[in-house]
Amino acid sequence: MTDTTSTPEHLTSPTLEESAATEQKPAKGPKMSHTDLPFVTHNFDVLVIGAGGAGLRAAIEAKLQGVSIALLSKSLLGKAHTVMAEGGIAASLGNVSDQDNWQVHFRDTMRGGKMLNNWKMAQLHAQEAPDRVLELEEWGALFDRTADGRILQRDFGGHRYARLAHVGDRTGLEMIRTLQQKAVSLGIEVFAETIVVKLLLDSNRAICGAVAYERSVGDFIVFTAKSILLATGGIGRSWQITSNSWESTGGGHALALWAGADMIDMECVQFHPTGMVWPPSVRGLLVTEGVRGDGGILKNSLGKRFMFDYIPPMFASETADSEEEADRWYTDHAKARRTPDLLPRDEVARAINTEVKSGRGSPHGGVFLDIASRRSPEYIKRRLPSMYHQFKELAGVDITKDPMEVGPTCHYMMGGVRVDADTAASSVPGLYAAGEVAGGMHGANRLGGNSLSDLVVFGRRAGLHAAEYAKSYQGDPKPDPGEIAKAIAECTKPLSKDHTAENAENPYKLQDDLRKTMQSLVGIIRTEHELTQALEEIEKLKERLDNIAVQGDKRYNPGWHLALDLRSMLAVCQCVTLGALNRKESRGGHTRDDYPTLDDELGKINFVIRQKGTELEITPEPKPQMPPELQKLFEEQH
Amino acid sequence: MNQNDRQPAETQDKNGPATGKVTLRIWRGDENGGEFKDYTLDAQEGEVVLDVVHRVQSEHAGDLSVRWNCKAGKCGSCSAEINGVPKLMCMTRMSDFSSGEPITITPMRTFPIIRDLVTDVSFNYEIAKKVPPFTPGPKEPDGTYRMAQRDIDRIQEFHKCIECFLCQNVCHVIRDHEENKANYAGPRFFVRFAALEMHPLNTNNSLGLLKEEMGIGYCNITKCCTEVCPEQIHITDNAIIPLKERVVTANYDPLAWLVTKIRRKTGRNTSST
Ligand SMILES: Cc1cc2nc3c(=O)[nH]c(=O)nc-3n(C[C@H](O)[C@H](O)[C@H](O)COP(=O)(O)OP(=O)(O)OC[C@H]3O[C@@H](n4cnc5c(N)ncnc54)[C@H](O)[C@@H]3O)c2cc1C
Ligand code: SF4
Ligand code: SF4
Ligand code: FES
Repeated sequence: MTDTTSTPEHLTSPTLEESAATEQKPAKGPKMSHTDLPFVTHNFDVLVIGAGGAGLRAAIEAKLQGVSIALLSKSLLGKAHTVMAEGGIAASLGNVSDQDNWQVHFRDTMRGGKMLNNWKMAQLHAQEAPDRVLELEEWGALFDRTADGRILQRDFGGHRYARLAHVGDRTGLEMIRTLQQKAVSLGIEVFAETIVVKLLLDSNRAICGAVAYERSVGDFIVFTAKSILLATGGIGRSWQITSNSWESTGGGHALALWAGADMIDMECVQFHPTGMVWPPSVRGLLVTEGVRGDGGILKNSLGKRFMFDYIPPMFASETADSEEEADRWYTDHAKARRTPDLLPRDEVARAINTEVKSGRGSPHGGVFLDIASRRSPEYIKRRLPSMYHQFKELAGVDITKDPMEVGPTCHYMMGGVRVDADTAASSVPGLYAAGEVAGGMHGANRLGGNSLSDLVVFGRRAGLHAAEYAKSYQGDPKPDPGEIAKAIAECTKPLSKDHTAENAENPYKLQDDLRKTMQSLVGIIRTEHELTQALEEIEKLKERLDNIAVQGDKRYNPGWHLALDLRSMLAVCQCVTLGALNRKESRGGHTRDDYPTLDDELGKINFVIRQKGTELEITPEPKPQMPPELQKLFEEQH
Repeated sequence: MNQNDRQPAETQDKNGPATGKVTLRIWRGDENGGEFKDYTLDAQEGEVVLDVVHRVQSEHAGDLSVRWNCKAGKCGSCSAEINGVPKLMCMTRMSDFSSGEPITITPMRTFPIIRDLVTDVSFNYEIAKKVPPFTPGPKEPDGTYRMAQRDIDRIQEFHKCIECFLCQNVCHVIRDHEENKANYAGPRFFVRFAALEMHPLNTNNSLGLLKEEMGIGYCNITKCCTEVCPEQIHITDNAIIPLKERVVTANYDPLAWLVTKIRRKTGRNTSST
């Protein structure tokens, strides 16, 4: 690896190295001509953008292939959004129900996704998840145990059998720490708090590098790379009520879109049925589905278990139709059918929404989630320690004594970069994607626990193939200096403007307005009229983005960071809205009030979004056909 | 000051609506120095300190530097000293403070300042590189590992660590003694070593390393680390003291370590059949 420092101007000279001697110390303090900022160049074979579960697993695999790699993240190592995952990781280990196998997991995943899933991804995922979970254990993860010392699995929505390996309700922490420690032990080079703002393409439109900035000092870094792997996570931050952290601004979705990649299913956003609703400051914070998996039930203000009124025909044959049967199911999966409280998330979220709108909600606009009256305090504290802690500390509610108040919260992005199932390659040569940023795996609705398994299954595959691509790469990647200079100039614009000027836009205010727009117009229930209005609003916000001016200088300046993130947020929101407008049916996480049912014809297509010039183009394209032997799994039903 | 002693009753009281104005007195500056700035805002119901810091950002000081991610006490990013007490800003409710008094927020003192409330915690990431990797023994014939729940309860406690580094920040061995940092891992990493050392599957021995390079001998069991741990890990009682004992035993008798391991393994087998 070679490092050099240069300014954009110097890049026009023949080699990058020449300019190393003329390193400028970046100036501190007041406004300056920001396009003169110098930058450092690093050369790697593979660049992994994102250090959540997917990025870490990918980096480990790529490193094991013997290529040089760098791992980048917006936050410090070990803080990525994956750390928040609670309930568990889905894999048909069969430790609790020995009838479980990959075929059942595959079938559950496809049906949960309302069959919009890329079948090949769903198949690979179901087949490989058990090995990836055992591998985590081999790397030091300590999952909760069964009585005979194997990995314990818990029930979750949409999964036929108890399938989620877990550690209490902090599975994500266990996963990220295990992968982090493995990555560190392999000597992987980490650039923490380093944010990529642009992917660089060569004259063949293939990947050749990326431009990033370091949050702490505000300096730019150019990475040359033979292949780049996006593992940047989700987009939830663009909604007011969300379970997602500040990182989830759709950075990777936007980078891929701008680089010309095909984006699919962008309309498919998951609203998790149970987020906290009170106090206001924690509204949206997740309440794990594990609460229901472990015996918690949903009730309305009349005390009624309303989920029995919302069982869709697709799941009727396997769902309990009386409270007695539902309760029996917790101890006897063989003779009783599962409780409707554990229907897939889209069904439960819509049901809660309807209950609240019909005036049967809880005092703070949610419904009740009750485990206190059903399980002992000891059991609750052992199984759900962080839920207990979270409610106690943040809401002053003791969940072993009182019911929780919960309501839908924007949670997960099913749509994203279209990838090849086997290799995780996008449509841009040299660009790979894994984890939440990749589309296809979960179709129109993700089952709980299927994300953590997705991260390690496809993280590994993406890391492997990105490394192989880099190995067969001919020559050295050579980014265009003009492109680099342009990217840096665009990024520094908000710093060089006067934030006290009359037309100056405050990034925080703009973000608020965007979040309000998405919450009210592109939320859980959508209509043509509101979606059209949302597109207009987004256009206006984009115009305002031009006038963003930030206070302070480039060193650890959150206002500036937000100003840059807003570019991705707006681009991604536009894609979501456009997709939602075009899918004239209701499927999974995408619900249209004006087209309330499934449309079989639309079920056969993915909407693909591409950026052409400055415009977005949306095209319906047939989704891959499932082979007959897999098709059979859906016919032989019980 | 001891956060482990919090009574449920006290938590219930936190429901009381906070009204009126609140003042945050936030340290602003960089490695060259800085000063306190006061920001006065309207209190809102149920807020935590981080919420108010965010409102300072959006309404008054867009460039106020602060780290955060989850706002749910799960990522360990938002560590700071609030009225001098090391805490997570996202888990400290505004209603914990008596009204009228300004609430002082300063960055963690043990680590070099980057800007405002953000410190350079790379010290911790450098130590992490020195911890030997987990190295499991052979698998059972069916290709899996078996462990009894009761044999891993203790280590699962250690695995709860969110790497907030508040314990590192408060440990007097390095808080006021920059020079000790080169030879001292600190409580967070003693927890990490303890997790490795007590993991039923791990085979490598770090006791020598702990004594020679990680400076476990410097710790004189003041328990300040345990008091600030937001995950309520019993750092001193469950991790450091047992490690110290093992280091001592291993020093007298190198075979002792092996024997403990084997004994534990036997126990595990009986309990899992
Ligand atoms: C509260 C909560 C609980 C959940 N519980 C579960 C569960 O129990 N089971 C389950 O299966 N799923 C769960 N999920 C979903 C799951 O956690 C996420 O989908 C998953 O962790 C995403 O992982 P990832 O690796 O794709 O991305 P993330 O973990 O989001 O990581 C993204 C990484 O990319 C970096 N990044 C982003 N943009 C850039 C950029 N431009 N430059 C540099 N770096 C960048 C970020 O800094 C970060 O390191 C939960 C989600 C939430 C919010
Ligand atoms: S008990 Fe030991 S590690 Fe903990 S603060 Fe005191 S000296 Fe430091
Ligand atoms: S041991 Fe506790 S205080 Fe120390 S870093 Fe971990 S969570 Fe924080
Ligand atoms: S923001 Fe994650 S612990 Fe406070």
